[in-house]
Amino acid sequence: MNRIRKAGKEERAESGIQESKNGNLGIRLSLVSLFPDFFLLSCIPVFLICFASASAQPIVIGSKKFTESYVLAEIAKRALTDAGIPVEHRQGMGGTIILWQALRGGQIDAYPEYTGTIAQEILKGDHSSSLAEIRDSLAKFGVGMTESLGFNNTYALVMRRSETQRLGVRTISDLRRYPELKVGLTHEFLDRQDGWQPLRDRYALPQRNVIGIDHALGYSALANGSIDVKDAYSTDAKIEQNDLVALEDDLQFFPKYEAIFLFRLSMPADAIAALRRLEGTLNEKRMIRLNAEAERAKNYARAADLYFERGVGSRNTVGESFPKKLVRWTLRHLQLAGFSLLLSMIVGIPLGIVASRGGAIGQAILGFASIVQTIPSLAMLALLVPIPFFGISVRTAIAALFLYGLLPIVRNTASGLQDIPRAMRESAIALGLSPIARLWEIYLPIASRSILSGIKTSAVINIGTATLAALIGAGGLGEPILSGLNLNDRVTILEGAIPAALLALLVQWIFDLLDRVLIPKGLRL
Amino acid sequence: MNGLVKLVDVSKRYADAAALHPTTLSIDRGQTTILIGPSGCGKSTLLRLIIRLIEPDSGSIEFDGEPITPGNINAIRRRIGYVIQEGGLFPHLTARANVLLMAHHVGKSREEMHKRLLELCELTRFSNNLLPRYPVELSGGQRQRVSLMRALMLSPELLLLDEPLGALDPLVRASLQNDLKEIFARLQQTALFVTHDLAEAIYFGDQIVLMNEGGIVQKGPVTDLRERPSDPFVSEFINAQRGLASL
Repeated sequence: MNRIRKAGKEERAESGIQESKNGNLGIRLSLVSLFPDFFLLSCIPVFLICFASASAQPIVIGSKKFTESYVLAEIAKRALTDAGIPVEHRQGMGGTIILWQALRGGQIDAYPEYTGTIAQEILKGDHSSSLAEIRDSLAKFGVGMTESLGFNNTYALVMRRSETQRLGVRTISDLRRYPELKVGLTHEFLDRQDGWQPLRDRYALPQRNVIGIDHALGYSALANGSIDVKDAYSTDAKIEQNDLVALEDDLQFFPKYEAIFLFRLSMPADAIAALRRLEGTLNEKRMIRLNAEAERAKNYARAADLYFERGVGSRNTVGESFPKKLVRWTLRHLQLAGFSLLLSMIVGIPLGIVASRGGAIGQAILGFASIVQTIPSLAMLALLVPIPFFGISVRTAIAALFLYGLLPIVRNTASGLQDIPRAMRESAIALGLSPIARLWEIYLPIASRSILSGIKTSAVINIGTATLAALIGAGGLGEPILSGLNLNDRVTILEGAIPAALLALLVQWIFDLLDRVLIPKGLRL
Repeated sequence: MNGLVKLVDVSKRYADAAALHPTTLSIDRGQTTILIGPSGCGKSTLLRLIIRLIEPDSGSIEFDGEPITPGNINAIRRRIGYVIQEGGLFPHLTARANVLLMAHHVGKSREEMHKRLLELCELTRFSNNLLPRYPVELSGGQRQRVSLMRALMLSPELLLLDEPLGALDPLVRASLQNDLKEIFARLQQTALFVTHDLAEAIYFGDQIVLMNEGGIVQKGPVTDLRERPSDPFVSEFINAQRGLASL
């Protein structure tokens, strides 16, 4: 499986938004008052952010986006908590490179990793690096490594048991005889230095029908026969649950993947000591059991409970209630979408005003906003994460959402202003109004419908796109969607997806109401 | 005669053609000067050059003895009223707000504005009751009356009218013509009035300026144009319109 899985291709949720052009009666307000109103509206999330970040500096444990990583991080969290150290777990932040950069950048203090991955992906060394060599290399980055937690979680190729029996396949070499088998691999495994390409070369595998698929979705695809072979990791509880067989690595291609924790050497000594107490306390069997428990109970903390042998009955000590979680996700979601929308407005409206004058600068602004819009959201996050100021943080999510929110606002502001009839434009000039008064009292109010509809488009897109913030551990309603995807559990996915959809509808509705208040009455008759 | 506006060798070219050849003209105080001519003859261009909606390529324009520059243009615009065919009223403002917009800007007192507004309603025969309406709620004739009130609000020394009655139906147009003429007389208003309709020109004009192909062909009282045409085009233009009128 994936030590790290890149979440598959996520398309930004583009809600098809249509502006309603209904003439409604309402109270006329000049546009001058439009802006203060928006400020108030958008400031609510800002206040929330201030509240949220007011706590002391806890140790932050990161995890990759798959069950075992979540469970190990929960175990570490528990170990540190028990040692009296304040700690926070940022769940499912993404793949190896994101976690590694977050660790180096100090956005997280520790995360579970595997020796093979460190050698292959982080240090890019050769297969045979010893643990001591790895440790020395890591120290140069200010990063320390625990001893093995006690199990080797290597890659494996898995198939349906029935299929292996039918074809008589036992080892990876046996696959040579069946070139027609369909292979579905995680995107990371496709790209890794110890992944598909070298594996295929080593074994001279003939399969050409290879697709990239999200890890959890891959199990469904395997079960329903859409694919026949996929990558997995040897402690994956799903192998047993889905009645799959791991093919023997008869040419010993896969390196060792001892589970360890990476941590910042600058972390307090008592925290390091607490982490080291976990060394050698797990074995493969026990890890499979913990993974299975996490997936069965749909609760990672519960698997950590099991590790600490607090028993199965401790469920209520573990979870927040669903309504509480929903409130937390929703508030965070609104924070992300609201704050980024505010930024999009503050930057987008002036840019739209400049762009409305046309010329090279106007073209450049609209071109830039359009290009930003075409960057896939995952790529956008990947581009922003390495920048020091951003890293793995809420800031990154807000920056990405801000950039996506820009185009509709810039474009609608520009076109709204350009569409003002010449007679009105010239009347404003001929009256002797100053350029600022013309813009503020005449042009912007006349363009207000178009500008507002741009803001509405951005708001609804932002609500949809903000679900992706969970990919970099920024929370929101994407959190249950991601873990549901990971657990292959539709109910959990819907716990995030339904509120997100309702939120988008609500926002649309609120903006329809705002239209009546903010668009001057004379334009609505 | 002292000219309120003096144009000296003013010209304007658009990409391919001259919109106005170098032109010299003086607009006299207290008179209604009519700019008339076929479409594209440069009469609107001349008007738009005075209020500086377009920049002249050459020549100079003086207002009340002062050359118009980018530095003083906004101050001068406030001494000029401007009325166009479709009114150019701002759709997001009521009739009242349209009329009072500039008075607010120059900081007139509330009482002063109110008094002037009532005066103007009376002058332009516009009903007080309609003041809270938005432009879309008014008829074409009512909109032109509001537009005229807006232009007259600050008691401008010069009124520029660019085919102000062009889009109105004949009955409304006739009644507004009467009212306008009366207003000009009462206020002794200096006005520059663009039209392509000779009957309207004769009705209003103390001084008629006939233009063709970007230049002035002849100017003077209508009798001059009729009896002493300087150019065959003058007779042609006058006869064509007279022919239509006698049908």
